[in-house]
Amino acid sequence: MIKDSGIPAAREPMSKQNAKLRAKNFDEVALGYSAHQATKEASRCLQCKKPPCISGCPVNVDIPGFIKLITEGDFERAFYKVRETNSLPAICGRVCPQESQCEKLCVLGKREEPVAIGRLERFVADYVLKKGTIKVDKAAESNGQRVAVVGSGPAGLTAAWDLAKRGYKVTIFEGLHKPGGVLVYGIPEFRLPKAIVQQEIDSISRLGIQIKTNMVIGKVNTVDELLQSGFDAVFIGSGAGLPRFMHIPGENLNGVYSANEYLTRTNLMRAYLFPEYDTPIKSGLRVAVIGGGNVAMDSARTALRLGAEKVFNIYRRSRTEMPARAEEIENAQEENVEFIFLSTPVRIIGDEEGWVKAIECVQMELGKPDKSGRRRPLPLLRSEYTIEVDTVIVAIGTDVNPIIPSTTPDLNRNQRGYIIASEATGQTSKQGVFAGGDIVTGSATVISAMGAGRKAALAIHKYLFDQRRKRR
Amino acid sequence: MAYISEKRELTPEIKQLVLSAPEIAQKVKPGQFVIVRCGEKGERIPLTVVEQDEEKGTLSIILQDVGNSTKKLGNLEKGEEITDIAGPLGNPSEVTNFGTVVCIGGGVGTAMVYPVAKALKSAGNRLVSIIGAKNSQLLILEEQMRKTSDRLLVTTDDGSYGMHGFVTDALEKLMADGLNIDRVVAVGPVAMMSAVCRITEKQDIQTIVSLNPIMVDGTGMCGACRVTVAGETKFACIDGPEFDGHQVDFEELLRRQRMYLQEEKIALEKENSDN
Ligand SMILES: Cc1cc2nc3c(=O)[nH]c(=O)nc-3n(C[C@H](O)[C@H](O)[C@H](O)COP(=O)(O)OP(=O)(O)OC[C@H]3O[C@@H](n4cnc5c(N)ncnc54)[C@H](O)[C@@H]3O)c2cc1C
Ligand SMILES: Cc1cc2nc3c(=O)[nH]c(=O)nc-3n(C[C@H](O)[C@H](O)[C@H](O)COP(=O)(O)OP(=O)(O)OC[C@H]3O[C@@H](n4cnc5c(N)ncnc54)[C@H](O)[C@@H]3O)c2cc1C
Ligand code: SF4
Ligand code: SF4
Ligand code: FES
Repeated sequence: MIKDSGIPAAREPMSKQNAKLRAKNFDEVALGYSAHQATKEASRCLQCKKPPCISGCPVNVDIPGFIKLITEGDFERAFYKVRETNSLPAICGRVCPQESQCEKLCVLGKREEPVAIGRLERFVADYVLKKGTIKVDKAAESNGQRVAVVGSGPAGLTAAWDLAKRGYKVTIFEGLHKPGGVLVYGIPEFRLPKAIVQQEIDSISRLGIQIKTNMVIGKVNTVDELLQSGFDAVFIGSGAGLPRFMHIPGENLNGVYSANEYLTRTNLMRAYLFPEYDTPIKSGLRVAVIGGGNVAMDSARTALRLGAEKVFNIYRRSRTEMPARAEEIENAQEENVEFIFLSTPVRIIGDEEGWVKAIECVQMELGKPDKSGRRRPLPLLRSEYTIEVDTVIVAIGTDVNPIIPSTTPDLNRNQRGYIIASEATGQTSKQGVFAGGDIVTGSATVISAMGAGRKAALAIHKYLFDQRRKRR
Repeated sequence: MAYISEKRELTPEIKQLVLSAPEIAQKVKPGQFVIVRCGEKGERIPLTVVEQDEEKGTLSIILQDVGNSTKKLGNLEKGEEITDIAGPLGNPSEVTNFGTVVCIGGGVGTAMVYPVAKALKSAGNRLVSIIGAKNSQLLILEEQMRKTSDRLLVTTDDGSYGMHGFVTDALEKLMADGLNIDRVVAVGPVAMMSAVCRITEKQDIQTIVSLNPIMVDGTGMCGACRVTVAGETKFACIDGPEFDGHQVDFEELLRRQRMYLQEEKIALEKENSDN
């Protein structure tokens, strides 16, 4: 109990599938709150007059507002409260790094555990999705102007939703055959069921947004051609999807995957259901995953579910510096992923037929902090050792895909190739072209991409509204 | 979605499909490919665009039945729909007047080299072509290649038609006869492209090959298609598919193409038992 207040100090726990069982299936790990648990957890919120939690949320969800409605038992209205600013609540409730955003600023967190805002958000969203009573948002009357959105990840979906509500005719162009971006090809089923992603996308596309899949912009049409063909503005939310490799010997051996390929085969192409689905994957019995972020955790846990007996996670710094969410590291640990810290691969060793047989690593020590503030890892002399593995998954980050930048010459980019866009408006160096999400910031989060989509939608609205006024 | 407006059987194993895909037909250039997916459970496979008709909004692909997905696609009939088609992908072939160009197509590779040959011819090159197949039954696009080329050599492995031997034998013959070659474009099985490169390397003739590694997205996102060129890792779908043949690590490509042999067998058995 928090002293004298009657409020429980600990948050209501959320049940999870048993670790042994879940490591062998693709069903969702975290099971969500019951109505009773949600109400109980909601009652921990102090309903602060100046709630700091809201400013921790990149889309400024009215957190005390929706939590209050939960305590009143009005789960549907609570859901619509969240939806006022967040178009994808069932997704955010599951994958937002709440501990470093809204919940980090919750006043309860100073002494005790913060309110479980993410879990409550997930609860209200699941409640309405399950009931199937979702209302179609009301769009303003058509204003006759058209906006093209490139990419259907969280940034593109959010921008499209906000613009459609303001009366714009929006077309989303997506390169792959399914919309959703990383939500469908990257984040695994056991963390974010694809049926939920699809439901959320359906519910926003009912606003009259047209989603054209299989349209790789820069190839089938360039950004300039979109502008010439009658779109009044373009929003680019194409993500950061070019896998980085380590450039060490043996990296092209059979059995070495980028995390993107490993996860895309599994999630988007459903290789875990092969041969019912046509796309194959090499599951591997002993798997090494390189990297320390969410992507590495997802890859390691996917490998277990595909049948691996042993999964090693090799990370060059220590546990404290791991960028992955604490909850996911914990889940991986429970599922028996073996962590090898302060190590980095120097070579992948193959057998006579060119298949991975082992990975050679060198131990590291932590030196002085680098630009990111984390202590820089340095190799220790003569500390090489090898681990026998048959599969290696490289999850060390992504770079910019060149298709759009190389076909849109007047779009300014920074040294690393990301599109330069105003943080407040998403405005790029090109008139009528806005950008946001991972293509601007590099790999970040679902909710920050959504925040960027929102800001850009507002800026596009201002830009086009001005145009309309001038024309009159 | 695209539907099949025409279907031709070129050989029992090789089929040509004409698809309605107006947006792609407007844009595609020689050397580029599309990614096709057949059915909600289908995989994504790359296929070169052989010809297109901008006015009709159609493009044609030629596919060899080598496994589960190509078989499924080849079994579709006129009027049926293809679930997904994306493109044009990859970079267009470099087309200018090089002088004398030899275009070589082996097996279904003839389908992939044909659009490039046509473009090179229109750019003013003197075009000598070599096409080959295992036997006369499997030879494709002979007429089209003959019409396009200043000279055409045909080879069959078993001697049932044309010159007895491989396309490389024909190439060596051309060189022995003193033909002055400015550039070679070779598309076909990896072993063939590699053999061509070994021959042209000796005389330092610039040789372009179109690589066919396993792909998934075809847009640079997954890295499945990585190949080693001049000691560097490249993604065939966005850096290629054409590369300087003398710099390509063909052995690695061949090895990586075989990554799913076991699974391919399982998939094919399943497909056969489903039918
Ligand atoms: C495995 C994995 C796990 C993650 N886990 C988390 C997590 O738990 N929590 C979290 O907050 N974040 C997580 N992230 C990060 C988060 O998913 C991304 O930051 C977010 O998806 C970025 O959104 P976006 O809209 O900018 O781009 P994306 O989601 O990458 O979407 C971009 C879309 O654009 C399409 N596209 C690209 N180029 C073109 C083109 N030329 N033409 C047409 N379409 C194009 C792509 O196909 C894609 O669909 C994770 C990322 C990965 C890879
Ligand atoms: C850029 C490019 C252009 C191509 N153009 C043509 C063409 O015009 N006509 C044609 O007949 N073939 C073409 N191919 C090859 C064609 O994509 C494969 O034959 C096809 O994917 C085989 O699939 P499958 O299921 O029928 O056979 P499988 O039994 O799955 O495989 C047979 C062999 O095909 C290769 N393969 C398997 N899956 C893929 C995949 N997803 N991507 C690429 N290769 C794969 C493997 O090396 C495998 O050993 C092209 C390949 C590339 C990369
Ligand atoms: S959207 Fe994410 S950051 Fe915002 S309140 Fe919900 S869980 Fe917190
Ligand atoms: S800061 Fe915490 S307690 Fe205060 S309103 Fe936000 S969630 Fe409730
Ligand atoms: S096929 Fe995925 S990067 Fe080339």
